[in-house]
Amino acid sequence: MTLPAAARAVPTLLRVGFAEAVAYRAELFVWILTSTMPLIMLALWTAVARDAPVGRYDQRGFVAYFLAVFVVRQLTGSWIAWEMNYEIRQGTIASRLLRPLPPILHYASETLAAIPLRLVVALPVAGCALWVTGAEQLPRGPVAWAVWLAAIAGGWLIAFLLSFCIGSLAFYLESSAKVMDLSLVLLFVFSGYLFPVELLPAGLRAVVDWLPFRYQLGLPVELLVSAYDVRDALRPLAIQWGWVVALLAAAAALWRGGLSRYAAFGG
Amino acid sequence: MLRYLRLLGVQLHTSLLTLLQYRFDFATEGLLELLWTATALVPLFVVFDARRIVAGWTFEEALLVVGWFTLLQAVLEGAINPSLTSVVEHIRKGTLDFILLKPADAQFLVSTARFQPWRATNLLAAVAIFVFAFRRMHTVPSPGGVALALALLAVSTVLLYSMWILTVSAAFYVVRIDNLTYLFGAIFDAARWPSSVFRGVVGFVFTFVIPLALMTTYPALALLDRLRPATLALALSIAAIFAGASRVVWLRALARYTSAGG
Repeated sequence: MTLPAAARAVPTLLRVGFAEAVAYRAELFVWILTSTMPLIMLALWTAVARDAPVGRYDQRGFVAYFLAVFVVRQLTGSWIAWEMNYEIRQGTIASRLLRPLPPILHYASETLAAIPLRLVVALPVAGCALWVTGAEQLPRGPVAWAVWLAAIAGGWLIAFLLSFCIGSLAFYLESSAKVMDLSLVLLFVFSGYLFPVELLPAGLRAVVDWLPFRYQLGLPVELLVSAYDVRDALRPLAIQWGWVVALLAAAAALWRGGLSRYAAFGG
Repeated sequence: MLRYLRLLGVQLHTSLLTLLQYRFDFATEGLLELLWTATALVPLFVVFDARRIVAGWTFEEALLVVGWFTLLQAVLEGAINPSLTSVVEHIRKGTLDFILLKPADAQFLVSTARFQPWRATNLLAAVAIFVFAFRRMHTVPSPGGVALALALLAVSTVLLYSMWILTVSAAFYVVRIDNLTYLFGAIFDAARWPSSVFRGVVGFVFTFVIPLALMTTYPALALLDRLRPATLALALSIAAIFAGASRVVWLRALARYTSAGG
């Protein structure tokens, strides 16, 4: 299958994906509800910052930060691993393999196509954030917005590819759900999901800077609330896209290796 | 009654046999559990690195809440989650038929189908957290406080189980909703923090609608001798309401079950 032909299939895949997201809206809704943790952390951190700001964040800063976390997670969230694990164990992934399309493209369009429905939930929250904290926190100028776009695209890719890698592990392990749980814990603690990463002690901070999790969520969030200058964002942005390339290679290797082991049992 | 006790014995025995089949899993999963529990403590350290007291709780007192959270998570993931996750699968595939055919109460059968004793490592982690917290405070809990806390533990287990049954019942109504386990875990995660952190609507929800405060904050208060014993009566009645409601909802949901093709 050539690349242009695959690209031609994408609009159709997106339409199908959107129809699926609408059809299985209950499941999508549950996924959205499972990511309400930022709202809990919002309550916690505003309580912590009641008397004085913590680091650069005062109460309003925390409100903006965690509402941004919620929105970014809705935009970049990917639960492909869960689905792949199920399909590989049940053997139903065979129907995807039969199609004359790279399955990763199929999964990617499914994830992308769910974004409009997620926006239905995310936009009111974003509206609340604007109303509570005002627009002065947002990126200023077209350059800042372009950098943010690059960061959120990178974040989406990292989330998706990481999920795809974990899903591919189901070819090797009996169930990759355990790995998914583990990656969720790491994501929670090291991505800025529960607290801005800059509140971590310096030693741990250095480790977090080299893990992919911060670039999946923390970086686009920090840029959205203008936690630092655009110029300071270039280094993390470079690391982020380095991770995208690395994960792309890992995803390809894991998928190819896994497929050659796969015997499509069950049904 | 005796028959059900014997049935429970049989179910436990099968779980144990399955477990012995996967001895390697037992070791790795136990270790992983401990690692996760340790990682879950990081936010607590970050919060109390910024402040000495948060919403009226010191670091050591908040540790007690985390300890209870860990303990309940062990109960939830070792004894409640595994069985009920498979119910969702049964409903999806229509294989719940085989359970309904058996001459025993279906809710009992599905609730005792699987246990994962390696989660018990988290019980040890919880005890370690309690010991650490009390040593830092240079006190020991009073016997009365411990008794009250243990009674609340029983109440919380009933509450957790009932809430799970309520969640699982939703699977009868919606066709594809097999990610429910994650939903429950996400809500329960809020119980990691003392309930006084949450104010306004969120606080109301976590105290009365989903009684998370009862599960982790109150037992911690009991260990600190700050809980009036009368609260236990309130807790018992809330647990009774939840247990009754979940039974009714389960029976109603079951009546809607249409076997395969769902």
